[in-house]
Amino acid sequence: MSNATATAKKGGFLAGTANYLDERVGVAGILKEFGRKIFPDHWSFMLGEVALYSFLVLLLSGTFLTFFFQPAMTSVIYDGVYGPLKGAEMSIAYKSALDISFEVRGGLLMRQLHHWAALLFVAAAGLHMMRVFFTGAFRKPREINWVVGFALFVLAMAGGFTGYSLPDDLLSGNGLRIIDGMIKGVPVIGAYISSMLFGGEFPGEHIVARLYSLHILLIPAFILIFIVIHLFMVVIHKHTHYSGPGRRDDNVVGYPLMPVYVAKAGGFFFVVFGVLMLVAATATINPIWLYGGYDPSPVSAGTQPDWYIGFADGALRLAPTHLEVVTGPYTWSWNILLPILVLVVFMAVVAFYPFFEAWVTGDKREHHVLDRPRNAPTRTAIGAAGMTFYAVLWAGASTDLIATHFLLSLNNVLTTLQISLIVLPIVAFLITKRVCLSLQRKDREIVLHGRETGRIIRLPHGEYQEVHAAIDEHEMYKLVDFIDHQPTVARPNKQGKITMAARMRASLSRFYFEDRVAPVGAIELAAAHEHHAHHEVAAEAHEAPAAVEAPKKATRAPRKPKA
Amino acid sequence: MAENKGLAPAAGDSHDFEHDYSAGLAVIAADKIADPGLEPHRVRMTDKSKKHERTANNQVAAWFFVSIIGSIAAIVFYFVFPISDDLGTVHNNTFFVGVSIALGMLAIGLGAVHWAKTLMPDAEVAEARHQTRGSEDVRARAVEIVNLANQESGFSRRKLIRRSLYGALALFPLPGIVLFKDMTVDPNPTGTLRHTMWTKGARLTTDPTGTPIKASDVTIGSVFHVIPEGLNERPDMLEQKAKAAVLLVRLDPADVHSQKELDWGYQGIVAYSKICTHVGCPVALYEQHTHHLLCPCHQSTFDLANDCEVVFGPASRPLPQLQITVDAEGYLIAKGDFSEPVGPSFWERTA
Repeated sequence: MSNATATAKKGGFLAGTANYLDERVGVAGILKEFGRKIFPDHWSFMLGEVALYSFLVLLLSGTFLTFFFQPAMTSVIYDGVYGPLKGAEMSIAYKSALDISFEVRGGLLMRQLHHWAALLFVAAAGLHMMRVFFTGAFRKPREINWVVGFALFVLAMAGGFTGYSLPDDLLSGNGLRIIDGMIKGVPVIGAYISSMLFGGEFPGEHIVARLYSLHILLIPAFILIFIVIHLFMVVIHKHTHYSGPGRRDDNVVGYPLMPVYVAKAGGFFFVVFGVLMLVAATATINPIWLYGGYDPSPVSAGTQPDWYIGFADGALRLAPTHLEVVTGPYTWSWNILLPILVLVVFMAVVAFYPFFEAWVTGDKREHHVLDRPRNAPTRTAIGAAGMTFYAVLWAGASTDLIATHFLLSLNNVLTTLQISLIVLPIVAFLITKRVCLSLQRKDREIVLHGRETGRIIRLPHGEYQEVHAAIDEHEMYKLVDFIDHQPTVARPNKQGKITMAARMRASLSRFYFEDRVAPVGAIELAAAHEHHAHHEVAAEAHEAPAAVEAPKKATRAPRKPKA
Repeated sequence: MAENKGLAPAAGDSHDFEHDYSAGLAVIAADKIADPGLEPHRVRMTDKSKKHERTANNQVAAWFFVSIIGSIAAIVFYFVFPISDDLGTVHNNTFFVGVSIALGMLAIGLGAVHWAKTLMPDAEVAEARHQTRGSEDVRARAVEIVNLANQESGFSRRKLIRRSLYGALALFPLPGIVLFKDMTVDPNPTGTLRHTMWTKGARLTTDPTGTPIKASDVTIGSVFHVIPEGLNERPDMLEQKAKAAVLLVRLDPADVHSQKELDWGYQGIVAYSKICTHVGCPVALYEQHTHHLLCPCHQSTFDLANDCEVVFGPASRPLPQLQITVDAEGYLIAKGDFSEPVGPSFWERTA
């Protein structure tokens, strides 16, 4: 009898099971490797978790729905319990969606849970992306994981759209009609692609079944694979942490997986699931019975797509009139191609931004300490501009509702948004950058002169002063530990030529880093402390507090020569 | 956890990475303020007071009991609230079952998080992080393996094999793509798009009942949603309707700016395709005093008094007009099909 078996016997059932598993799948090694893995703690790290858990809820509720849903477009006469539609002709898909809602216990609950979870999935993924962007978590070595995350976001939208179209109700049918119209506008192949997708003419009898295959098989499989890659890379890189005392690029500070994160993250799964279930039980979403089955002729005013499709619909609406160009026998539908182009370029910028920024900074080091958004003013401003651009497109999807709710002219709303699409991102960029720089200056103030206490004292000669309290060294370190960049100039290469790329990189580096606020250095801090000490001893007002305004071009100690 | 303890707060950016990367435009400050190391741990009430620890302990257990009650309640409610023809029962079932399942799950989550926050250690610990790139040894070995594989297979050396393999790999997916051809059964999609169900003499009937419309029934300002006679009997009803749907309006001829529009109509009654020339939504909203037709999807607006020209929105082309007249019994009939393809533009539309 081996020692291990002896231990197992002694430890009872649990130890026996552990021993059984270890001898077959090597569970001890896995636990040794991952059991005490450290994860940093911050509320913003939960956004990705929300997305992950929403996806699990989608898988579970979606499986339930597949047991009852029939993705067929054959026409039937409705004879179910919902009175207003009795006797109406509709597709089997729509009928089975109605039956799930009204004739299966918990069916409506699961439909609503599935829909709410989808809305939350895309929203959480989007917020998670913004968190990663604004904290610079996409920097080396995580650029590829950013692209994987981007792909997940696109897949999430695709999953949402294909699912939304399945019930074959009036609203979703109109959504498909729009997709069909967009596809037909594609040069050369448009009509053929549309014919293949719909199996002939729109709407045909195939589209729901085809979207169903994509929705329940292909898209979730891809999402699952990408999630696995996404998380696998998190394991390889270890999670980033925010800057602070003791947090460096060569360590990770936080709590161990077992037991703290098993409890926290495991518990959080139940919180997300529970909240979604609560919403599904109490808030109606997509009441398809009110819309009726799909019919190409009627439509109701003020209909809206699910929120995450809004930006694409808005782009279509914002296209100016009369963009179509006919050259000989062929039609260029620029009223469709231009919005598609704008969306594709926008998404490409998002997907490839990390590589662009890496090229500008030329920083090849690994970064595991996150930036506070204010400490990367230009990046933060670019992010704000991108969000504003997206927001204007998104508002574009509701031009009619904005006009009717606020009693405005539809034409004026549209024109305003068209102008806003170009102007507002620039405004957002400028304001955000200034706000970031000001916040950085405020941080310098606090480091050099301490926190304002609100206590005003009067000196013997009559001057009033506010007492500043020095801050704790740990708190101070949070304010001084960030990466500062300086612009470069174009330098000739080995052949003595200044290349176009070098010139471009130089001007981009000025665009990024010309306005900068350097972190407080030790020498500067010592000088400020000395000054304060002097001030207190003298107790005389003789000069304004020095260096209140941080210089635009930060003065600093000479650079350490690179090893 | 020995390896997590005893973290030496290193000064500045010093690290023990094997590989040094260029910092690019990042400034390496010589006088960086020293890292004071991790903050001292703040002791919680549950760490120092037995009473608080016991309370927290009971709270966590209480949450789990609440969860048990929620889950049992959900099963009970499933049977207590069956659903019937009365739609109120669907509401009750959804609400009570859903809320109790939610309680069953939320309480587990809140209990677990409370447990972690109050009773599990909350001192942050540090763990070393290594560069993602392999160590020099590992990298050297990796290169060696690739070279060995190359040498053993002769992948670089045997050009013929390599190139023919590339060719084979490039071609093998093509049959798979061709197999998808039969996703459509329509051999000539662009041809199909050019024609609708309207033929010479086809009566205009109301949507959806299919009742023929007498010209005398169409009063000024009234709007009729129209489908061709016999549409409802067609097996491809939806596909035909998606092209043939028409909007019928009687205008005061004095308001109409286009002689062609009046000529193609009948005594001021005009029929236009209802399918938007933008992306194909039904243009269903009619504003009587401006004679404007509005598409609810993207707000393309067409001037009904002027050949349905686009006056606003992303559409580019006017809605096609259907030529109409009346038959011997006074019913409105079409003079033929539309003279151009209806609906959204496509590449070969004008060909």
